[in-house]
Amino acid sequence: MAKVDFGGMVREACLSYVPDARIGDYVLVHVGFAISKVDEEEAARTFQYLAEMDQLNELQDGEGDQGP
Amino acid sequence: MKYLDEYRDKRVAQKIVDEIERTITQPWVLMEVCGGQTHSIVKYGLDRLLPEQVELVHGPGCPVCVTSLEMIDRAHAIARRPDVIFCSFGDMLRVPGSHSDLFKIKSEGGNVRVVYSPLDCLKIARDNPAKKVVFFAIGFETTAPANAMSVWQAREQGIRNFSVLVSHVLVPPAMIGILASPNNRVQAFLGPGHVCAIAGWTEYEPIVDQFKVPIVITGFEPIDILQGVLMCVRQLEHGRAELENGYTRAVQREGNPAAQKMIERVFVVCDRAWRGLGVIPQSGYGLSEEFRDYNAELIFDVGNIHALEPAICMSGEILKGLKKPLDCPAFGKQCSPENPLGATMVSAEGACAAYYNYGRHLVDIETLTAKG
Repeated sequence: MAKVDFGGMVREACLSYVPDARIGDYVLVHVGFAISKVDEEEAARTFQYLAEMDQLNELQDGEGDQGP
Repeated sequence: MKYLDEYRDKRVAQKIVDEIERTITQPWVLMEVCGGQTHSIVKYGLDRLLPEQVELVHGPGCPVCVTSLEMIDRAHAIARRPDVIFCSFGDMLRVPGSHSDLFKIKSEGGNVRVVYSPLDCLKIARDNPAKKVVFFAIGFETTAPANAMSVWQAREQGIRNFSVLVSHVLVPPAMIGILASPNNRVQAFLGPGHVCAIAGWTEYEPIVDQFKVPIVITGFEPIDILQGVLMCVRQLEHGRAELENGYTRAVQREGNPAAQKMIERVFVVCDRAWRGLGVIPQSGYGLSEEFRDYNAELIFDVGNIHALEPAICMSGEILKGLKKPLDCPAFGKQCSPENPLGATMVSAEGACAAYYNYGRHLVDIETLTAKG
């Protein structure tokens, strides 16, 4: 069992299903069990893509305007 | 809180909605499977944020909603016994059976306890050796590893006064049932994020192939859901039907091997009755023969159960995405969270409860003004 911090509230959770979890990792917890480790790189990558999506569109629109 | 707050960012939400509007050229019907996703959609008003051509219909992914009436009546019969301490997750407490609910049984003197984790039951069993502790083990694949662990540890620790009443349900057979239905309108799915964190997504690939529907594994925060919708719309607009992972920070194709191993040790796949949908073959987990000493269905003889559903309730059609809560004449009138008539109102994650709790029965959808 490990202590998991839910944004200030600390509860115990069983780590049997995330054997490679280490202190400082983020985990998904369901009914007192950690079921998955949060892949922090993927989280950042996805969010960055979404946050910059409109800039990508501006670039593509720009190219379209520069036709012959 | 990191990995929560940014996935609720309003500006990013608007960017995704704008991209959906740029992409979409015709109406599409999408179903989100999980009750938690339904709850998020209604709470954050995502269905109102999205362009009109996107119709979100709500699926059967609320385990409390789909636990069969017969199983609930069985639970109540066991809970009434004076030698039993009946343990359950909190959201089962007010689920109405044919005659009563666990909360009423508790107020009438039944020993009913709410637990946060199934492991809490083991302590209760050790502390009460003269009583039989029974845990109501419901849920989808997400909860199965936790419930399995409680049985496994009970055996490891030599606890003899603990048993489980199992009513697990599985998502893929329910999806297939919906897609195979002659009235089906669903053209793409927001797949169940935490179910797939456990089970992976290999069982959904044949569904994509057979029915040619896009399935996008989706999380639960507003940004996750909007991203899932965008990925579905992009596929639909380009005539693609693929399985995509929109929840990469939590889900891999193979899922969680340690969790799957425990499930396989303790449970077997079986036919399961779904409230509102009927019996779906091979759609649930039951306790394996090896653990029969922990099987409350075998231990307690509660006689014949005759389950009685109210005729007015249309939750079966709501769970299949054919109707919405506002289509039901009883919604917000005879039927409310305080007095639920059927499956989709009983749990906070059910579609009817979600609509009610966020005031959808009070607001005229067209004009967004108060009704009455």
